[in-house]
Amino acid sequence: MPRPEVMSWLRKRFFPHLWCPGCGHGIIMHAILRALIDSGKTKEQTVIASGIGCSSRMPGYIDACTIHTTHGRSLAFATGIKLANPELTIVDVMGDGDCTAIGGNHFIHACRRNIGITAVVMNNNIYGMTGGQASPTTPLGAKATTAPYGAIDPPFDVCKLAQGAGATYVARTTVAQPVLCEQYIKNGIANRGFSVIEILTNCHTQFGRRNNLRTPVDNLNFFKKNSVPLAKAQGMTPADLEGKIVTGEFVKREAPEYTDLYRSLVERIGGDER
Amino acid sequence: MPRVEFWQGNASIAQGALAAGCRFFGGYPITPSSEIAEVMAAELPAHNGRFIQMEDEIAGIAAAIGGSVAGFKAMTATSGPGFSLKQENLGLAYMAEIPLVVVDVMRGGPSTGLPTSIAQQDVMQARWGTHGDHATIAYAPSSVQECFEVAIKAFNMAERFRQPVLIMSDEVLGHMREKVVVPDRETYTIVNRKKPSCAPDVFMPYKPDPEDNLPPMASFGDGYRWHITGLTHNEWGFPTNCPEEIAKKTARLMDKVNAYRDDIVEFETESVEDARIIVVAFGSVARTALSAVRMARSKGLKVGYFRPIVLWPFPDRELEALAEKAGKLIVPELNYGQMVNEVERSVHGKAGITQMSLVNGELFQPSEILEKIEEVAR
Repeated sequence: MPRPEVMSWLRKRFFPHLWCPGCGHGIIMHAILRALIDSGKTKEQTVIASGIGCSSRMPGYIDACTIHTTHGRSLAFATGIKLANPELTIVDVMGDGDCTAIGGNHFIHACRRNIGITAVVMNNNIYGMTGGQASPTTPLGAKATTAPYGAIDPPFDVCKLAQGAGATYVARTTVAQPVLCEQYIKNGIANRGFSVIEILTNCHTQFGRRNNLRTPVDNLNFFKKNSVPLAKAQGMTPADLEGKIVTGEFVKREAPEYTDLYRSLVERIGGDER
Repeated sequence: MPRVEFWQGNASIAQGALAAGCRFFGGYPITPSSEIAEVMAAELPAHNGRFIQMEDEIAGIAAAIGGSVAGFKAMTATSGPGFSLKQENLGLAYMAEIPLVVVDVMRGGPSTGLPTSIAQQDVMQARWGTHGDHATIAYAPSSVQECFEVAIKAFNMAERFRQPVLIMSDEVLGHMREKVVVPDRETYTIVNRKKPSCAPDVFMPYKPDPEDNLPPMASFGDGYRWHITGLTHNEWGFPTNCPEEIAKKTARLMDKVNAYRDDIVEFETESVEDARIIVVAFGSVARTALSAVRMARSKGLKVGYFRPIVLWPFPDRELEALAEKAGKLIVPELNYGQMVNEVERSVHGKAGITQMSLVNGELFQPSEILEKIEEVAR
């Protein structure tokens, strides 16, 4: 049972939620709420933004300032909100399709700007809500309704993408490690800049049942068995790492945050209050 | 003392927006609207505002909506292809009832079309470009002076009705320089969105105020917690599949504008009292039309001029009354017939309508419209 503070952040009026029994998204929502509460954030000064998909229904369940936008575009909306009011804490919850397919452009540009938003990418390797179509993170050979013979499109590595595009905090874990989920989200919120936390999560309904991971427990065991902490992975060969999930904090660096740069610009030109 | 400036239409819209209190601009470069972004980029940081050039047109309107949600009067500006790209998020702003001003400086299409040439081909895109039912408010200025004035009105309407308002300018107007008499601040009204006065726990973001049937709007960060979604929602802002709630929401999106139609509709006329023919035109074309009407008058022809300043909602009742008296209308526009459909709908067959279409990247010559007037008068 979640802590009473966590329960107080839920919009119980909105329940029941639409996630399937055993869906990993609830573990992530719980981790986000613990991270926000432990970081001393208030509901009134916290924005949860999302696009479209199963993961993107999360803001509705959280009793903060919440915005459920269009498919893939949530970071562009969140960028506007953050620039308008830099005091707000913004967590943008996205699915793998939302983040890396239709929203890929907004994702890399949010990384480039290093704007103070925490993106939690809930990667279940599939389009769940629309019925199990292949996404840009569907592994090679995995089956999906639009890849009935196995995916031939090479998948994106969300963390490498974020790192290459300039995010200043990048981490990956899985729903089998809820304490790490919370810790990384907390670190992301504390980072003054754009943070990306990729969390591998299960869609046993749409991904698992076509890929020999039929139950939630199968998926959690898969995550546990195949996760390799970054320190250990650094001593392994690419062949050993084939099919593994490297977890850990990949990027932790300081760089000017976008709204700070904007404020500096205003000061430099002597902007006034008119 | 009013100040006199010599501005481009695009700069005039930007200055009007600033005068209206616009302090947030999100956009993306596109010809022939880029000067609006350029003025905003220079002015907003100096005036306690926010400017951001986004990664694409879609993000430009998204950021502007975000700025509005956080309490700013916000704007984006674009042209044909960019207006097409913005349609989905424009729909979100209609559905979620977020005040916003969108400028479309019309150029020739379809597709990339004619980036540096005038057209008036977005009349219907303005009305029906995004999917689903909603009411539209769209201004169509026809002088640089009016660009300034309609920018203020557009923000006032957006804030009052909690919805996007469009300014349909065009390439000629956007790039033309004219004298603008900048009115003193006390000569025009500025409307700010109505804020909730209730306690945060009972705030229902889509419950209309019984006084005017319009819901007050909180901003993110001002102490209220609420949910915004593009899904059809109830008065709490939560998604609904309940037929009664769906019907109520959709009806209100239409009614909130329709009920105040008389406050919104604007048009200009000249010489219509005894006219046997009325030329109906908007935007830059109206300038040519007015020249032609005056030339015809000097030749003794009883010709009048009717110019919608607001294209949506269309001044249908007003035009119908005049059309019935005159009996003949000429409708020149730079497309293959968009506003003319609305003219036909408005007059209910009470006047004969002659359509004039031109799509070659240029304006009509006054002589061409005059010839048509003489032909119809015969």
